[in-house]
Formats: sequence, C-alpha cells, structure tokens
Amino acid sequence: MASLKLIRRRIIGVRNTAQITRAMKMVAAARLRRAQENMEKARPYAWKLREVIASLAYRTAHEQHPLLDVREPQRIGIVTVTSDRGLCGSFNINICRSTQKVITEFPDRDVELFTIGKKGQDFFSKRGAKIFHYYPGVFQELEFSQAAAVGSEIVEKYDSGGFDRIYLVYNEFKNVVQQRIITEQLLPIEPQSVMTAGSSNIDYIYEPDPRGVLDKLLPMHVNMQLWRVMLESYAAEQAARMTAMDSATENAEELVAELTLQFNKARQAAITTEIGEIVGGAEALK
Amino acid sequence: MSDLADSISVVIVTPAGTRDEYNVTHLRAPGVEGDFGVLPGHLPFMTILRVGAFYLDSDQGRQVWATSGGFVEVLGDRITILAETAEMSDRIDLDRAESARERALGRLSEGTADLDIARARLALARSLNRIKVAHEVQDG
Repeated sequence: MASLKLIRRRIIGVRNTAQITRAMKMVAAARLRRAQENMEKARPYAWKLREVIASLAYRTAHEQHPLLDVREPQRIGIVTVTSDRGLCGSFNINICRSTQKVITEFPDRDVELFTIGKKGQDFFSKRGAKIFHYYPGVFQELEFSQAAAVGSEIVEKYDSGGFDRIYLVYNEFKNVVQQRIITEQLLPIEPQSVMTAGSSNIDYIYEPDPRGVLDKLLPMHVNMQLWRVMLESYAAEQAARMTAMDSATENAEELVAELTLQFNKARQAAITTEIGEIVGGAEALK
Repeated sequence: MSDLADSISVVIVTPAGTRDEYNVTHLRAPGVEGDFGVLPGHLPFMTILRVGAFYLDSDQGRQVWATSGGFVEVLGDRITILAETAEMSDRIDLDRAESARERALGRLSEGTADLDIARARLALARSLNRIKVAHEVQDG
C-alpha cells in the first residue's frame, strides 16, 4: 500500500484538477449562452435574405447564374470548420475524419481545403493534405466581417473557375449534449435551398434589374451561410467542452473518493499496527 | 392623397443582430446606381446598396448611418434595409475605423497579390466611409 504522504499528495492534485475542469465548464457555459444569442440575432437577416432570393430566383433564369450553375467537379474545395482549442472531447477529430471521408470520395479529383480553426489546420497540415487557405483567429473575434472575408474569397475562386464545387464540413449545434456533423454543399447553391419560401408576386421596380440584384444577393447568401456555420460550430464547440469538462470533473471526484478510502484504510492499518506494537511491547514486559 | 400615410417605418437588419425600427418621413440611401430617396407612398422597389451613408429624416431630426453595403426593399409603408453592417453615426468606433484605414493603406503600399489589393481597397473604402459619416455629424 502506498504511503500516507503519497496518497495525500495525489488527493490534493486531483482536487486541483477538478477545480480547473469545473471552472472551464462554467466558462464554456457562459460562452455557449452568448453564442446562442448570436445565432438568435442572425436569424431575421437570414430569413429575409432567403425570402428575397427565392422570389428573385423565381423571376430570373437562374440556370445561367454562375453561383447556381452545376459544373463537372474537377477541382473541389472543402471548408472544414474545427476549433482553435482542444479539451472538447471528440469535437475536432470527428470533423477531421468526416473531411477525410469527403476527400476519399473524389479519389482522382483535385481536392483542396479551406481550414477554419487551428485544430483542423494542424491535423491536415501534418498529414500533407492540400490546404488552399487557412483562416487563423476566426474564433478569437467572432464577427460577421470574418465570414464575409472567407465568403468573398470563396465566391471569387468559384466564379473565376478555380473551383467547381465547395463543400462545408462542420458541427451543428443540436442541443447542449448533442452535436451533429454536417457535410453540405455551399457552391453551387442548390436551388431548393433558397427556393423554399413561397415566392411573392409583387411587381417591384428593380435597380439595376432583377438579375443584377440577384447577382449581388447570392454572394451575400454565401456569406450568411458561412456566418451561420461559424456560429453553429462555435456553439457546438462550447457545448462539447461543457460536456467533456463535466465528465472530467465527475471522474476527478470519483477518484478523490477512491483515494480518500485508500487513505483512510492506510491510516487505520498504520494505527492498528501501532496498537499491536504497543500491546505486544507491554505484554513482553510482564 | 389623404389615404397615404405621412410616415414610413424603416427596419434595419444586420447579421450581427441589429434590428432597429424607426418611423421616418424620408429616407435617402446610397444605391448602386446613385443615391435615391424614398417618401411615403413609394412603389414597391428593390435595390442594392453600395458603401456609403443613409439618412433617416423624421420629426425628431436626421439620423445618419454608415453602411458597408447591402440591400433595400420598399414595400407599402415599410422599408427593409438588409445591411452587412450598419452603424448609427454616434455609435461608430472611430479609433477602430482609423486603425482599419491605416492597415488598409499599409497593405496597399506593400502591393502584394491582386486579391489582397482588391480586399484592401474595399477595407479602405469601408473605413473611410465610417470616418466620414462620424465627422459629418460631429461637424454639424
């Protein structure tokens, strides 16, 4: 049996760890709340945009729009969204695996990555995947302008024919205990994804013309998609960290209980031995 | 024309969650094909905004907003402005705009890839616009 001193030192160590994991859990919970508020806030804009695009797509020949045009995929881009920090369970590794799965689906095509989040960047750069662009620090200052910057680059690359298809791989925030990995197509925009709302038949005056308005709105839609994905992923990351830290705290507490039991057993054994020795000594003197 | 309302409600929506509503008598906004004005009773109208300022006039006076582009829909007695960013003049963070301007100028003087130049130009236009709008109101 380990010495009393050693066990006591371990108990203190594990308690300290539990304190840290508990604090991390609370920080994650606070960030999660803020992330959920941001998601809430982004909704009215997204709805309105979708509604307007739907009614515009309805009255223009949308097949001819480059962002809606389906091309034979020769060069494929994957936007893979991970977190900057670890300690959030299987959050990042699941994304990396799903991304790899998408890559293997196109064995003889040129597949390149747009990485958001340090963890995914590290994973894929170590494995020698082709990384087209890494966007660092997105989650340090999560603002719409970040999404707009990524979006405008992707749209430009797509428009100029550099890429024929763009996929998104990210964690969707389902609820606090559940994240779901989503692989979806960002470009070309699938008409049904923007054509859901009932198209209105109001006769607007368009400036410059319906097509011109649509040309500007579709990139805004892409930016909005990316913004939504960034918010979802951030919320999911915080939720995953909360769960991971919660079970870490629980495990630490269990370990402390176990160690305390061991400590008490050792202490009692020591006392028993001592009494035995005293009694034995007194017996010998008789 | 007594059946026309004498004011229109303007709703400003951004992805960052600004959702403000005002009653105005006149709106002036920077469309892609030039500035335009909207008075109560306008026909349904849709256009794209460029980087610039829009003005909301009401009985209480004039509000100036800086925007980095977006989209406007006029329908009935309601105007919806979907802007990627929109800030009222007194809420503009001048220090931040100034540093964005410095950064953009720095990047332009370095002169790297075409894409970076285009992006820096846009960033410069946005920051200059913010600075201009903030000063416009301060100077009266």
